[in-house]
Amino acid sequence: MSSSHLRPRTAMAIRARLGFVIVLSLFFSATLSTALYEDQVGLADWHHKYIGKVKHAVFHTQKTGRKRVVVSTEENVVASLDLRTGFIFWRNVLGKNDHIDQVDIALGKYVVTLSSGGSILRAWNLPDGQMIWESTLPVSTPSKSSLYVLANMNVGKDNLILVFGGSSIHALSSMDGQIVWRKELSIDSLEIQQIFQPHDSDIINVVGFVGSSEFVVYQISYRTGEVMQQSKASFESGFCGEASLVFDNLVVALDASKSSLVSISFKNEVINFHQINLSDLVPDFSGKVTLLPLKFNGMLAIEIASSILLLRVKGANELEFVEKISHPFAVSDALPLSKVQQAFAILQHDESKIHFKVKSDNDLRNEILKETIQMDSQRGNIEKVFINNYIRTDRTHGFRFLVVMEDHSLLLIQQGEIVWSREDGLASIVDSTTSELPVEKEGVSVAEVEHNLFEWLKGHLLKLKGTLMLASPDEVAAIQAIRLKSSEKNKMTRDHNGFRKLIIVLTRAGKVLALHTGDGRVVWSVLLPALRRSETCGNPFALRVYQWQVPHHHAMHENPSVLVVGRCGHGFDAPGIFSIVDSYTGKVQNSFILEHSVSHIMPLPLTDSTEQRLHLIIDAKLQAHLYPKNSDSLKHFFNEMPNIYWYSVEVEKNKIKGYSLESKAELDTAEEYVFQAKELWSIIFPSESEKIAVTATRKMNEIVHTQAKVVADQDVMYKYISKNILFVATVSPKAAGEIGSATPEEALLYAYLIDTVSGRILHRVCHQGAQGPVHAVVSENWVVYHYFNLRAHRYEMSVIEIYDQSRADNKDVWKLVLGKHNLTAPVSLYSRPDVMVKSQSYFFTHSVKSMAVTATAKGITSKQLLVGTIGDQVLALDKRFLDPRRSVNPTQSEKEEGIIPLTDSLPIVPQSYITHSLQVEDLRSMVTIPAKLESTTLVFSYGVDLFFTRIAPSRTYDSLTEDFSYALLLITIVVLVAAIFVTWALSEKKELKEKWR
Amino acid sequence: MEKGKGLARRWAVEFAENSYSSSPVDVPDPMGFSRSSSDPDDANASRQKKEAEAAWKAQKAWEVAQAPVKNLLMMGFMMWMAGSTVHLFSIGITFSALWQPISALQGVGKVKTFKVLQHSGMTMFLLAVFEPYKDPRVDTLAPKLLFIALNLAGLVLGIWKLNTLGLLPTHASDWVSSLPPASEVEYAGGGLPVH
Repeated sequence: MSSSHLRPRTAMAIRARLGFVIVLSLFFSATLSTALYEDQVGLADWHHKYIGKVKHAVFHTQKTGRKRVVVSTEENVVASLDLRTGFIFWRNVLGKNDHIDQVDIALGKYVVTLSSGGSILRAWNLPDGQMIWESTLPVSTPSKSSLYVLANMNVGKDNLILVFGGSSIHALSSMDGQIVWRKELSIDSLEIQQIFQPHDSDIINVVGFVGSSEFVVYQISYRTGEVMQQSKASFESGFCGEASLVFDNLVVALDASKSSLVSISFKNEVINFHQINLSDLVPDFSGKVTLLPLKFNGMLAIEIASSILLLRVKGANELEFVEKISHPFAVSDALPLSKVQQAFAILQHDESKIHFKVKSDNDLRNEILKETIQMDSQRGNIEKVFINNYIRTDRTHGFRFLVVMEDHSLLLIQQGEIVWSREDGLASIVDSTTSELPVEKEGVSVAEVEHNLFEWLKGHLLKLKGTLMLASPDEVAAIQAIRLKSSEKNKMTRDHNGFRKLIIVLTRAGKVLALHTGDGRVVWSVLLPALRRSETCGNPFALRVYQWQVPHHHAMHENPSVLVVGRCGHGFDAPGIFSIVDSYTGKVQNSFILEHSVSHIMPLPLTDSTEQRLHLIIDAKLQAHLYPKNSDSLKHFFNEMPNIYWYSVEVEKNKIKGYSLESKAELDTAEEYVFQAKELWSIIFPSESEKIAVTATRKMNEIVHTQAKVVADQDVMYKYISKNILFVATVSPKAAGEIGSATPEEALLYAYLIDTVSGRILHRVCHQGAQGPVHAVVSENWVVYHYFNLRAHRYEMSVIEIYDQSRADNKDVWKLVLGKHNLTAPVSLYSRPDVMVKSQSYFFTHSVKSMAVTATAKGITSKQLLVGTIGDQVLALDKRFLDPRRSVNPTQSEKEEGIIPLTDSLPIVPQSYITHSLQVEDLRSMVTIPAKLESTTLVFSYGVDLFFTRIAPSRTYDSLTEDFSYALLLITIVVLVAAIFVTWALSEKKELKEKWR
Repeated sequence: MEKGKGLARRWAVEFAENSYSSSPVDVPDPMGFSRSSSDPDDANASRQKKEAEAAWKAQKAWEVAQAPVKNLLMMGFMMWMAGSTVHLFSIGITFSALWQPISALQGVGKVKTFKVLQHSGMTMFLLAVFEPYKDPRVDTLAPKLLFIALNLAGLVLGIWKLNTLGLLPTHASDWVSSLPPASEVEYAGGGLPVH
């Protein structure tokens, strides 16, 4: 065990430095374990839990005791939050495609969620989030489904939950989720709009539209689902499908042209229509309207252009205009205050202020409550509001507002103050990059030095006790607290080891946040104005974030900055958005909408004289646009232009095309920065047998230390190290679906290694009986990919290593000593070097969500694969296990080299989970960032949760561990010095005595 | 100890009159006494004595010269025991095997090197080990050469061991590992369209 973990390459590096060997061999004698001890949790890692943008919120009723709110989010999370602090009591993350349609509370003790297009109903225990029951509803066509929990109706102490969507209604028992009855209203194209129950009756009313012009009302028995009564009528100008229930016998709908309202009254099988022209109500009305779902008796809210109108319904054909609220705003659902009184809230944004108004249906002209609060402008506008009341000590009603903002954050506001806020936009990170922190300035010490000597000594004494296992449990806790508190890791300056950095993340809401790697706190955040909805850009969304300027030598005084790329609208031809943000302060330096679309973004390995990285944006018309647009960058670019290529993977067309760039023929001054693509090569996969499943490339900033791989007996193999290598996996179209949808004979998986400059296929291998989902990672000269083996019914991982045969002759020591070789001469891929490939496959127990590989500053340290498992954990797997040179019986020299005997499956050591006991819910991606310390990689993984840690694949061979007891060392030295003096004095004395004898 | 010695020897009286043979120059010999024309028997005896001494010196010189053989055998055994994997013990053995010949060849000679240099420009430079056996009649060149050869053999053995441990840069791999990977002329970017 002790020598086996020394990788051959590391050994080679040391070979020349004899001094190291002794030091290292001392290290080997220590027992090896990469796992953490329990008390080390949280020292280098942090884990933050989020829930995502809230869609629905249900407050606990007064009876249920503790003040909580149950929310469901766009990230498919159901969570119970503490109303006082905003902390998560419990949280359940549903699957990726299991979107939550609605959430409610049944029986006062269960949270009921309807998800997956109305086909899955689940009940969760309200206090702790345990699942009570789950029920799958047979829904033929997924349609907009709703949930209706009947209140206060006892059928053998059991309440029914009604789920309706399309033309069917299901009634389920809320105790155990059994389907009590099921009713398929046998009319084609029926869309049930609403279900409601008139007070104290056994009948439920169902209203809906058939087609676009017919309105139907059913009366159904609550107990059996029998249709008691049925009536329908058609309206000649048609409906658009939106309707709002105003009274028990009155529905207001929009007509097909969306410009006028139709009130539909129904009573005893008689249906009457009344068309109401909006221009009668609103004098200057034009355009289209939408109905807002406001569940409020006798009230109607319609949205016109950029404002909403509140209308009061007085009778079947009488509407009264109440109030006009202009954008931006939010309106809450109705909240019953008492049996006869209802209230609702209107929130209105006025620049940095938000006005809160609560109105009740008794008096619509005046407000029950009126408050104004100041809001951080980086949170954007209000998106949603949920309202809850409480009884004050003086028996009046107090209100609290749960507010969802444009940046997806969640706030609780009560008595004109923000009680708590949650940065839940971080649950939907789109992309991330890193930035170094500022260098610590001379004389300005940010660090707070240890308070005094006594405290320092006490701390170290405690630690010493801990090391000597003399500490009591209380003291152990105190040691832990000291460690966690140590401000060293949270400073805002660069550190020697490069552990402190800023992680700059871009969220789906268009917000950019900088997180400190020490504890994950938000250093700054900015809601990019360019990525907010505006006149010019109706539906913007965030795409990527890149490092724009990293000052090194020339522009040291400038702050680094990042480039955020977005797009206006969802089509590939929608114009792009550029925003450049200062990495230290979050200030938007520059922001503009591009004149062209964005379909590929290529950061080039070139910078201009102010260290701004050159980026090439390829638009949908295959034109390349160079940024930044200045003559200096153009000069740099022209020098390199003949060597710059690009390729495009077209999944739908099953094609990969390679292009070079050329200047436009007619040189227009405005088009100086625009280049034409010239097609060079294309690879077309036969669509009847292959379909592109996944592509993977090497990370652009990956650093490789050496080109040689030393194998047993000091032989050398030359790695084929090319940044322009593309891994493509294709599957047979039949096996493109889920696992089990194809037989092993039909399923084929091809793996390709393609040189993206010349389009040459370096290697192609076929796995029979294998199918996706495929996950792959490329690093140095190897590819590891994960797929399912249908024959073995197990997941498999394969490794392909690729070696350069054209350099294999460079083996003469003397030539190498004298430097007479061409190993470091620049290589052109048109020289078409011969390659040699080694590969091997292994079984792997887990299915995989994502894969990544560690990266270190100089690339000397051996690599680990990071595997995001289905359980949302991150597993670190040594690359040594995925070495094609493994054999069942390795020779002595191979053993010395560190080759592990071949086993059919890859071992999963529980200690090698870098997330230890935590889960990164809905894990989407893992990012590895090299630290300055060669042995260490920083790992940032995100999904709904964020998790950050640092790992050392070959252990921290270049530094002492954090828990190294300096105090013990100091004491030992002091004791030794003292001992030397004492023994010297003693020997002097003794010698003197001898002489006198 | 140095200190004590210095204190104890303030002065000394030499009572032994052995100025007989190495006569002081200032006191003249008695008349008729010739120091040079001494008794032939006496001269013979002294020559024999000197020859015996020379033979003894030569013998001793050879013994000293052959001493490294034992060392060599010992070292060889230790190396065999140490095995060929890199760990603390084998490295210690190898380094001592390298150090011993070097120190034998050079280290001891340091003090009197200049003297040796004065005496003979040729045999020179080292080997204070042979200083006691220096005699005009004794040829110490051969033992010296043997001594050097044996120690060199020891050194070679040490280096060979170093090599078997894989700590000498004698393979192509040792020189290639430090070379940076060749840079590429072309650069290609792109991939899947961003969405």
